[in-house]
Amino acid sequence: MSDIPVTSLPHAIPHPRERMMSWVASVDHKQIGILYMTTAFFFFLCGGVEALLMRAQLAFPEEHFLSPGAYDQIFTMHGTTMVFLFGMPVLIGLANYLVPLMIGARDVAFPRLNAFSYWLLFFGGLMLYFSFFAGGAPNVGWFSYAPLSEKPFSTSPGIDYWALSLLVLGIGSVAAGINLIVTILTLRVKGMTIRRLPLFVWMTLVTSILIVMALPALNVDLVMLLIDRKLGGNFFAMAATGGSAILWQHFFWAFGHPEVYILALPAFGIISEVIPVFSRKAIFGYGYIAASTVAIGILSFAVWAHHMFAVGLGRPWDVAFAAGSMLIAIPTGVKIFNWIATMWGGSIRFTTSMLYAIGFLIFFTIGGLSGVTLAVFPIDWQVHDTYYIVAHLHYVLFGGTAFAVFAGLYYWFPKFTGRMLSERLGKWNFWLTVIGFNTTFMVQHALGILGMPRRAWTYPNLPYWGILNLISSIGAFILGIAILVLIVNIWVSLKHGERASDNPWGAWSLEWATSSPPPPENFEKVPPVRSRRPLWDLVHPDDPDWLHGNA
Amino acid sequence: MPINTPFIAASPQEQAISHLFIVVLCWMGVILLTVTGLVTYAIIRYRKKGEGEPRQIFGNTRLEWIWTLLPLALVCYFFVATLHTMAVSDPPTRGHSPDMLIIGHQWWWEVHYLKSGVVTANDVHFPVGVPTLVEFKSADVIHDWWVPELGPKIDLIPGHPNKLWIDVDKPGTYLGTCAQFCGAEHAWMRIRAIAQEPAQFDAWLKEQETIPPQPTSGPALAGLKLFKSLPCISCHTIEGLGPTPDAGPNLTHIATRETLGAGRLMNTPKNLAAWLKDPQKFKPGTQMPNLRLTNQQVNDLVAYLETLR
Repeated sequence: MSDIPVTSLPHAIPHPRERMMSWVASVDHKQIGILYMTTAFFFFLCGGVEALLMRAQLAFPEEHFLSPGAYDQIFTMHGTTMVFLFGMPVLIGLANYLVPLMIGARDVAFPRLNAFSYWLLFFGGLMLYFSFFAGGAPNVGWFSYAPLSEKPFSTSPGIDYWALSLLVLGIGSVAAGINLIVTILTLRVKGMTIRRLPLFVWMTLVTSILIVMALPALNVDLVMLLIDRKLGGNFFAMAATGGSAILWQHFFWAFGHPEVYILALPAFGIISEVIPVFSRKAIFGYGYIAASTVAIGILSFAVWAHHMFAVGLGRPWDVAFAAGSMLIAIPTGVKIFNWIATMWGGSIRFTTSMLYAIGFLIFFTIGGLSGVTLAVFPIDWQVHDTYYIVAHLHYVLFGGTAFAVFAGLYYWFPKFTGRMLSERLGKWNFWLTVIGFNTTFMVQHALGILGMPRRAWTYPNLPYWGILNLISSIGAFILGIAILVLIVNIWVSLKHGERASDNPWGAWSLEWATSSPPPPENFEKVPPVRSRRPLWDLVHPDDPDWLHGNA
Repeated sequence: MPINTPFIAASPQEQAISHLFIVVLCWMGVILLTVTGLVTYAIIRYRKKGEGEPRQIFGNTRLEWIWTLLPLALVCYFFVATLHTMAVSDPPTRGHSPDMLIIGHQWWWEVHYLKSGVVTANDVHFPVGVPTLVEFKSADVIHDWWVPELGPKIDLIPGHPNKLWIDVDKPGTYLGTCAQFCGAEHAWMRIRAIAQEPAQFDAWLKEQETIPPQPTSGPALAGLKLFKSLPCISCHTIEGLGPTPDAGPNLTHIATRETLGAGRLMNTPKNLAAWLKDPQKFKPGTQMPNLRLTNQQVNDLVAYLETLR
């Protein structure tokens, strides 16, 4: 790798006040990416504390640790936070940091717009949390079904805060999506054709298109809700005079289901980077993984009414949306098999990052399979809105997205900071997460099948409900400890972690061809891109990828 | 107490769903074992052994076809099974007039037997072996009817009435709940579905059709007077007293019901007294206010309400 210039610009150590300002005023994609990720991690901790409060309340039947009013605010804020203030920002932040590096660009296409997107997130998040001090947080669930969310039933200002801050976040997300699309389409270094893009970039591209197409549906829904609540409109409230409660649901889920893939596809991208590097093999079936992502992107707009199987939409709707929802399992399965095939015949290194990726394979599969049971809508007629759903969505979003984010964190942390995360603490973090996560959520499948509805602030002492809830609550606190270990790991490693080389994992994509952390201008010289793995080609001039028809 | 689960079906509709659920879960188990098995084999067999790079393999078109088409075939099978189960579990309702009307309120169930005019709440009686067509409506926000043993759940949506056949084939008491979040006391919006043999059901219906005689003396009479003079009567209907509001459950036969507060407490005189004394203590947020009744008033009201059989 000696022929790659990796020297960074000499940095003068700025005065602390200037250093602060360099972040606030930054238009650098790496700094903004870090801002996104730290903000997201902060809100992840908020959402985590909310989860622990819920599990404390539910540990025993008929407990009065929280009042119903408090519980409703907390479960609403937990869902809203994890989707809009953790899931999306952490993935957009990761894309922000990595996409320009991976395609050999200097920055994103619109750096100022990028900063604008981030600050919308920052202030949108603050506005949402400010509602706790302004008369009560929103309390009608993260999908705020009308007419419960309407004035006659909810006078809480929390719902206005909810709608306004999601609108702010939604505008920021659309801007970020446009920025990433333009960046990927126009700023690729010479030789980086669309068919050579790292899969993380592929997934980011499809995700960004989903963001730009899906978020506006939420934004108009929110505006209509605000018109109802503030200007006396009647889109959703009173059926007698033409309002339709179902209309809200159509708009919401037309956004809400693509949103699931907005949270899942970048995770697939992370896994598609991590597994090959730690298996020391090229990704298996690159074209099929990319194409199946496009298929998921298209199908994701044809599945939303599977959230509405109990609404009574009528046979043709139910049947059509069941078909779409079942079909989407196929491109998802294709990915799982390709990742396993990548490991097959490899030389697997069990770093913490790889462990999280392997955990992802198993737990995301569980979430995906329980998802198939839900697409079979007579089954959904039973388990819809029960703890079975809570278990399902956490296997997808925690076992899937969060595990992938942790895999990505351990993988790219050296690039972001110039220091390695501790592998010893990493193993503790991983195993505690696995134990805590499964203890919390596996039993919730059973709770749903035993008749427990979701979003209930307490429950009667029916057979097995008490013990299963107690197990779940214990699991949640183990998970809390796992996250504490992660925080300690980040804290200690930032100060005393082993120094990272430019390419500590022997990876093959362009972000590893520059220093750790990269200089402000990213690259002094980008290595030639003649295949999907430019750094492999550099190290193996005798056996470059482009000899194998992968040019 | 028996457990409460869709796998112990008490209706042909639920029988079909339960069967499909088990079949699909078995297939999911097979896939999960396959994936877990492959991953386990890979991480044992292909763990790092030396420093050299393994042979690079970029893909295999035949494998891609296999793991696309096999799942596709399975999904097609699920789809056909879904269509079949749907026909059994949710038979067509068009052209039939409903036998019952259930209206969801925050946070209780209003139940009308349309042929006899009987109105009750929260305890829902069904005749065994007689398919009953139920219409579901909402008085306020969206609720969801769910009794696992009896078949599909269904939303109660303002302005969008739904209908569902309920055809219980085993006598018994089946616990259910509102499944759609509907506000503060969503947790205590429970359902008690009581399936009785037709003879018993008819006897029950007959009892509900008869208006209990008004008490003429003692604490019960005092309770009746209190009921009329306190705000009780502005929310609760008791047949024969005049007004028929529906803001709270109809109490004409309250003493025959098994629970209070939509499943919150068993209906005993002691619990009824405690509930009247402070409903917010048991169901914080319920629409019924704490009327700050004296013990004497509570005792008189209980004495009256216990006559409503």
